[in-house]
Amino acid sequence: MAALALLGDMLVRATPLILAGLAVAVAFKGGVLNIGAEGQLLIGACTSTAVSLKFGSTLGPLTIIVALIIGMLAGALWAAIAAELRNRFHVLEVISTIMLNFVALYLISFLVRGPLQEPTRIYPQTSTIAPFTQLPVILEGTRLHIGFILAIAAGLIAWWVVRNTVAGFRLRLTGANPRAARIAGMVNVERTTRNVFLISGALAGLAGAIEVHGVTFALYENISPGYGYTAIAVALLAGLNPAWVIASGILFGALEAGASALQRDAGVPSTLVWVVEAAVILTVLGTESYRSRRSRQFVAPEFAAAQGSS
Amino acid sequence: MAKASALPSAHHAPALEMRGITKHFGNVEALSAVSFTLRRGTLHALLGENGAGKTTLMRIAFGMISSDAGDVKVGGISRRLHSPRDAIALGIGMVHQHFMLVPEMTVAENIELGGRGRFDSDASANKLRLLEEKTGFAVDPSAKVSSLGIPAQQRVEILKALANDAEVLILDEPTAVLAPAEAQDLLARVRDLVLNGTSVVLITHKLRDALRYADDVSVLRHGRMVLTGAMSDFSEQQLAAQMLGREPRTTVAKTRESISPAGESVISLREVDFIDSSGVRRLHNVSLEVSAGEIVGIAALEGSAAWLLRILAARLTPTQGRRVLPERLGFIAEDRQHEGLASTFTLYENVALKDIGKRKGRIRWPAIKRQTLSLIERFDVRTSGVDMRAQNLSGGNQQKLVLARELDGNPDAIIAENPTRGLDINASSMIREHLRRARDAGCAVVLYSSDIDELVDLADRVVVLREGTLIKTPLDAGAIGNALLAGHRRLTDE
Repeated sequence: MAALALLGDMLVRATPLILAGLAVAVAFKGGVLNIGAEGQLLIGACTSTAVSLKFGSTLGPLTIIVALIIGMLAGALWAAIAAELRNRFHVLEVISTIMLNFVALYLISFLVRGPLQEPTRIYPQTSTIAPFTQLPVILEGTRLHIGFILAIAAGLIAWWVVRNTVAGFRLRLTGANPRAARIAGMVNVERTTRNVFLISGALAGLAGAIEVHGVTFALYENISPGYGYTAIAVALLAGLNPAWVIASGILFGALEAGASALQRDAGVPSTLVWVVEAAVILTVLGTESYRSRRSRQFVAPEFAAAQGSS
Repeated sequence: MAKASALPSAHHAPALEMRGITKHFGNVEALSAVSFTLRRGTLHALLGENGAGKTTLMRIAFGMISSDAGDVKVGGISRRLHSPRDAIALGIGMVHQHFMLVPEMTVAENIELGGRGRFDSDASANKLRLLEEKTGFAVDPSAKVSSLGIPAQQRVEILKALANDAEVLILDEPTAVLAPAEAQDLLARVRDLVLNGTSVVLITHKLRDALRYADDVSVLRHGRMVLTGAMSDFSEQQLAAQMLGREPRTTVAKTRESISPAGESVISLREVDFIDSSGVRRLHNVSLEVSAGEIVGIAALEGSAAWLLRILAARLTPTQGRRVLPERLGFIAEDRQHEGLASTFTLYENVALKDIGKRKGRIRWPAIKRQTLSLIERFDVRTSGVDMRAQNLSGGNQQKLVLARELDGNPDAIIAENPTRGLDINASSMIREHLRRARDAGCAVVLYSSDIDELVDLADRVVVLREGTLIKTPLDAGAIGNALLAGHRRLTDE
């Protein structure tokens, strides 16, 4: 069934986009401009691969769980570097996270040609992880693995936490009004910011770990076709709402899965999909900024300020 | 003014004429068929309480916002103003209540902002010198704006408005940020501008200033023009009654005979020092006891009380010394837009804000909405509902919301930092009344106010914070003023 396979492909593509999209959405919402989901994803991918390759035989069936957890922790740690740089030295995370993306990329380049290279030493990649460490397929006849369910669960949990918990409110508050958070709310803004970095990095790291264990089964340089960057578009399209990230992740997954079919079957260059993606983003952001401009007469703080005394 | 002829003559037509201006913000009618005429070469006071629509009306005249209906004539000719650029081209200048200067740039650069072509600092300085001769407003063109004091920044704003050959100058609460003497000085200079032919609209809620300096007066109340005419036709009482829609509340007479027997000590500072992050010593050997059921006033020069108040409010930790604070504590920050409230959040989210850093677990929004609703009712916050964003409240209502949140649950202590700043008479007296009531209910109140009369009126005792140390003073405006200024003089002499 070609249609079924295509559906599976679309959701397989959507999985890392949803998780990385959540990473970006949570970060942006919390006032952290994490552009480094790509790097955190790569670090998550490489550490989790290492776990499965090196400890698969000792851990047995537990391997996959440990590998995913280690992937998350590693992603969080990678983001923590940027968090410390920001809290201690006021280094803008936009810069530091982008640079850390390249560090992660070249680190993988090194690893797959060095310590983690497959035994024949021919290809710049690791050996394939053992079948029992791979994520189970949930839809027969497709590549759709259980990671997709995990991504959706993560989206729903993030949505609920942001909406209904003190921690979620602190995150929104610190992102939108850090001074009010500190003074009126007595929030430890530095700690909240650090936590935002950590959670964001963990989600991106999980995306990478799942990609290896559900799709590629090995680590190589181009394991991510820029998921971490597309994730920014996914998050923005969703208006930073974790529940909507699921939907926008699936949309982008469909576009990217369709790209190769487009080229193969219709002879249309797959790059056209990027044009569509960019057009979607520009339209959404354009509408958004138009809407907020229309209503700004009512909501601009300086207006409210002046109104306060008029 | 009668129309002289069919062809409007530039010399006889009013400088600015607005007819039937109506403006809605969402469901709220901010202005309702308002007409306003500024006669050439006069100073016209535009009075009204907070939220009456004064600024909105003038922003329409300045092209910042568009009206839903109505007509604007500049020099007798109907104009459609799409942006401030249009207004400036027609010779209208506006000075906003909140400074719109770039702190990192020099005075000359700020004045030339929005200009075209090459920036020539010499030409610009010359231009400023000419303006200075004409207007008497002096500033150093090469000074960085951030290095200037508030009065000088205000002068820069006015010069900036005048630099584009403005014939109509709109001043939005120009004295709000100034000390009384500075305010009188500014208004006297504005009066000189008028004598030289500029037509000025002075937006204010200070009746005295208007009475003293204006030729004409208009009063807005809830978006309607309730009174307009020559200043000499009205008495202070008439104007006040029109502004408020009733006689102003009289200040509650104070029972000062017996200072309530001091209850147990609630707040205690012992030999507290504070050194800020840039290594400057802000407090030195400060000791202060505040008991339940008293209001302790703190007098300090502008801005210098911030550290002490934040230490008392548990927002800062002393570098040295002992501090005892109660568990339940309210803090009213001076900057309600950025520190007291999360402006972009709804009212109920702003209520949830209190002590959110110390809580855990779930937030039950329905309960918080109910709590907000009851606070809004008890403190008479005028709003369209709990889903409204805090920034859309008028200043007085924002402060009432902050006060409601901080006083809710009868805290053991409340720290108030200039709580009536920028508020009109009614809102201020309501805030004071709530602080008194909290005191009477046994709350320990610490009040800092830049208005010494307010301190004397409210406080049971006053301490002066000078150069980082506390000085006891009698409860007398003159003595407090002297204590403050002695410090100031000493500082400036050095």
